[in-house]
Amino acid sequence: MHCCLLSILIWMPIAAGALILLLGDARPAVTRWLALIAALAALVLSLPLWSGFDVTGAAMQFPEKLPWIPRFSAWYALGVDGISMPLIVLTTFMTVPVVIAAWTVIEKRPAQYYAAFLIMEGLMVGVFSATDALLFYFFWEAMLIPMFLIIGVWGGPRRVYATLKFFLYTFLGSVFMLVALIYMYVKAGDYAIASFQALPLSLAEQRWIFAAFFLAFAVKVPMWPVHTWLPDAHVEAPTGGSVILAAIMLKMGGYGFLRFSLPITPDASRELDLVMIALSLIAVVYIGLVALMQQDMKKLIAYSSIAHMGFVTLGAFVIYAIVAATGSRVGAGMALDGAMVQMISHGLISGSLFLCVGVLYDRLHSRQIADYGGVVNVMPVFAVFMVLFALANTGLPGTSGFVGEFLVIIATFRASFWYAFFAAVTLVTGAAYTLWLVKRVVFGPVTSPRVAALKDLNPREFVVLGMLAVLVIGVGVWPAPLLRVMQPTIRHLVTLALASKL
Amino acid sequence: MNPTELIAIPLLPLAAALIAGLCGRWIGRAGAHSVTCLAVAAACALSLHVLWQLVWGGVPSFEGTVYTWLVSDGVGMQVGFLVDRLTALMMAVVTFVSLCVHIYTIGYMRDDPGYTRFFSYISLFTFSMLMLVMSNNFMQLFFGWEAVGVVSYLLIGFWYQRESAIFANLKAFLVNRVGDFGFVLGIAGIVYYTHSLDYPVAFAAAPRMAQAMLPFTAHTSVPALTLICICLFVGAMGKSAQVPLHVWLPDSMEGPTPISALIHAATMVTAGIFMVARMSPLFEYSDTALSLVLVIGATTAFFMGLLGVVNNDIKRVIAYSTLSQLGYMTVALGASAYGAGIFHLMTHAFFKALLFLAAGSVIIGMHHEQDMRRMGGLAKYMPITAVTCWIGALALIGTPLFSGFYSKDAIIEAVHESHRYGAGYAYWCVLLGVFITALYTFRMLFMTFHGAERFRQAQHHAADGAHDRHGDHGHEHEPHESPAVVWVPLVALAIPSVLIGALTVAPVLHGTFFGGAIFTRGAQAAHAAGEGVSAVRLALEGLAAPPFWLALAGVVTAWLFFLRSPSLADAAGRRLHALRTLLVNKYYFDWFNEHVIAALTRALGTVLWKGGDQVLIDGVLVNGTAQAVSRLGSATRRLQNGYLYSYAFWMMIGLAVLLGWFLAHA
Repeated sequence: MHCCLLSILIWMPIAAGALILLLGDARPAVTRWLALIAALAALVLSLPLWSGFDVTGAAMQFPEKLPWIPRFSAWYALGVDGISMPLIVLTTFMTVPVVIAAWTVIEKRPAQYYAAFLIMEGLMVGVFSATDALLFYFFWEAMLIPMFLIIGVWGGPRRVYATLKFFLYTFLGSVFMLVALIYMYVKAGDYAIASFQALPLSLAEQRWIFAAFFLAFAVKVPMWPVHTWLPDAHVEAPTGGSVILAAIMLKMGGYGFLRFSLPITPDASRELDLVMIALSLIAVVYIGLVALMQQDMKKLIAYSSIAHMGFVTLGAFVIYAIVAATGSRVGAGMALDGAMVQMISHGLISGSLFLCVGVLYDRLHSRQIADYGGVVNVMPVFAVFMVLFALANTGLPGTSGFVGEFLVIIATFRASFWYAFFAAVTLVTGAAYTLWLVKRVVFGPVTSPRVAALKDLNPREFVVLGMLAVLVIGVGVWPAPLLRVMQPTIRHLVTLALASKL
Repeated sequence: MNPTELIAIPLLPLAAALIAGLCGRWIGRAGAHSVTCLAVAAACALSLHVLWQLVWGGVPSFEGTVYTWLVSDGVGMQVGFLVDRLTALMMAVVTFVSLCVHIYTIGYMRDDPGYTRFFSYISLFTFSMLMLVMSNNFMQLFFGWEAVGVVSYLLIGFWYQRESAIFANLKAFLVNRVGDFGFVLGIAGIVYYTHSLDYPVAFAAAPRMAQAMLPFTAHTSVPALTLICICLFVGAMGKSAQVPLHVWLPDSMEGPTPISALIHAATMVTAGIFMVARMSPLFEYSDTALSLVLVIGATTAFFMGLLGVVNNDIKRVIAYSTLSQLGYMTVALGASAYGAGIFHLMTHAFFKALLFLAAGSVIIGMHHEQDMRRMGGLAKYMPITAVTCWIGALALIGTPLFSGFYSKDAIIEAVHESHRYGAGYAYWCVLLGVFITALYTFRMLFMTFHGAERFRQAQHHAADGAHDRHGDHGHEHEPHESPAVVWVPLVALAIPSVLIGALTVAPVLHGTFFGGAIFTRGAQAAHAAGEGVSAVRLALEGLAAPPFWLALAGVVTAWLFFLRSPSLADAAGRRLHALRTLLVNKYYFDWFNEHVIAALTRALGTVLWKGGDQVLIDGVLVNGTAQAVSRLGSATRRLQNGYLYSYAFWMMIGLAVLLGWFLAHA
């Protein structure tokens, strides 16, 4: 079974999605249950990845290799290491609440909705598990299509503008990456990511390749100043779309930096680390301030995502500054540990917050903060979850949100007091925008008759938020198991990223 | 020491909090208060046992790991306990005051719809505070630090329908986060130099860090340990409400009175004091940091005390008193008299919790009234509350033989002997602060319990203003004594408020009670290890010292102005109009924060959003690029207009250019 576990995880959801498409909307109950079973099956099947994971080495595990396009030496090659495996489990996990959350909410073409999410799940697993760059690129681009449809079909009033912006931004970034991949293929003779990592490249070559990767990944993360597509896409996307977008798709950017930029272009990364650190800190400080002024709940969480993802890029690129400042690589592993944990944690927390907003939106059909107030009076159980996730979003110790930020801040101090200083600003701004949101939406007296008529969580919503709450607290109280599976790969990555190719 | 026993101490309140919080609906109100009170009582008993073992049982300190939170880059981050005498003392104080507050809450919150939620929160608080004081490393310290902050946030906003309460709790959290911002940088600095988060490693490295210089700008560097200590102290300033991060504490009085006693007087706000004392092996190596501690503490002690003199809300007067007393403790730290600081922390925990709970009892008795101008003469109606409140007040102003006398005198004495930069200023602040303390304390006492009965004409005003809502909608309007469940904790706190100082002054202050837990260098160390003196002799000596006479003067002034002839107070207020305006407006700190800092932040956020994101990035870059492409398209479209003569013209031009190029290069 281990022989083709990754393939099953990719193609089973896609096949289930295709089946649902064929069945159509004739029997919605069957569609829903089929989608749920497929999502749960994918989650269960992804667990052996974790339990069977060998933490002693950094080699690719659960490998599969079949010829794909022999003419171009492109292989259907899959495998996972400590960076991709947790992200795959996050993907299969987050699809489940998305399916459950849509249960009675999506009335327009439910079959196609579920199919889009299942197909996207398979493609996203493909992105994280591909060890062949062309295969990676295939999944990377294919993934855009279902998301494009999800926003475009089930989105809000300005969905056309948002989808176009989303698609153009991300597509524009990716084509340059394709050019870089082809260039390296010509030099290396095949598309294996491992060959690219071993490929000697001059500084000039590295700069160009780094720039191409940067365009692709920075848009996805998103980094300032190529972030403006994200708030628009989130605002227009349906709840499930926002959850997947925030929880998984943004991680593709972080994953790309770790998988491609650092090991393939280490010298260019070192040369441009100041730019990357500056952009990351701008994301933390500038975007934190912008988030403060948002009137739309989803926009606020979208901006908060950008600020939190700033810690991922900061952790990734500060390793060069650490070495430059101290002459030692001590602390580099911690920075990358922090970046990885931040990715997982942000997936859980931002997904949870978008689900919370979805709960409110389903009832009142408004995302405006001003339309709410005093929700706790009528939805006390919901309020508990919302406050918990909000506190997690502020990086409260004991929740997953703390772990990554703490590790990145204390590692960054090695590079410079001021980097740590600006990164730590998030303690204040993050608390300000998140808890101000909570104050205006959750607390206070009931502000309108529409709020007074709100009903508390139904069992379905309770299960969705409950399972996320358990994980958010679980990772916060005991992050060691998560770090244990990541660290051998991260140690290896530190070696690759700090070894000069010149 | 038995590790299981130590683990049980924080876990019992946590379990009780979870049971009361998650199963409140099923176990009911009685179930919720039973389970939490029992758990905290057990934690208190175990804490006293631990203290007994350490002090009289000859058991050595405990240091050990419970579990490994994570290991990153060789830095192990554990959850673990360090239980020495300092910790054990804190544990005993925390659990004892918490137990009193738990019992008191049964009466105070009797009719509140959030009854079970409240018990869940205060038990959770007890857990968090225990994790903070019992920690053996910075990670767990920060966990407890933030966790008590969150519970405080939840409790200040406990009555979430009140706009003022949810404003106050957000403010409290944010101001604390400013402190935590410094704190986390301090921790990062420790990790930078020691590659560890454990206290013993950090303490051992202190002399080395004292030599190190940290690059600050491109060409300058600063002494590393001083920077680290100042960062850590910024955290303490937030938690222990020192100027200018004190602004949240008076507003925190929006929370129910039991938590004002527990969190905002006795325990959480002293976390900063505890932390600096715990970090004494670091602070001792930085005179600059200690001078800052001294000056900040002295400023808080004197100037915040002054605010208590003009306030009319009984809880807020006590809150300003708390600020001032926290300033005293901070001054002690700055003068390297850590033992005296912790000693005052302990005595203050008892008498200040007592004063708050007595104020709560008054508020119940007055049917939600907090304005002292509508009280007076209550001693007749609430004798137990009045007597216990008097005891608390006498302890607070430092009456000889009462607990506060020993601790406050020790601080004043330590500052007097200190030669640290800023000690002169600090000495005058703490000395004059004694007069101020007595003045506001007895003003409060006289306005509440003595003099004319002003509550009858005030009854119809009771609907306006912010009042503690405890649900006691009594039908008779006469004030009345509170039920036993309320006054028993008052008595339980009154006893240590009187006795604890005299009983413990010799070992704690002049002996070697803290052993290795507190570290001092040089002259101060000699002072701490002074000769064994009797409590009575100290009290007799105190009668001849200036603090006693200053306190007496304060009491007399309060009597003259607020009991004998209140018209004098009005006249003085008119005469000192400018000062009074300054004090009533709390030195304009709130005004500055709201109209300058908050307003500027919001303006900056708006500018970055509307100007940066919408105009520059989306308008110019994104849509501008799209427009540029479209204009380029229109321009090139003009070239392909389908007219033959146009194509022929461009062909000829092209041919000419090509020929020219050839000829030039031929």
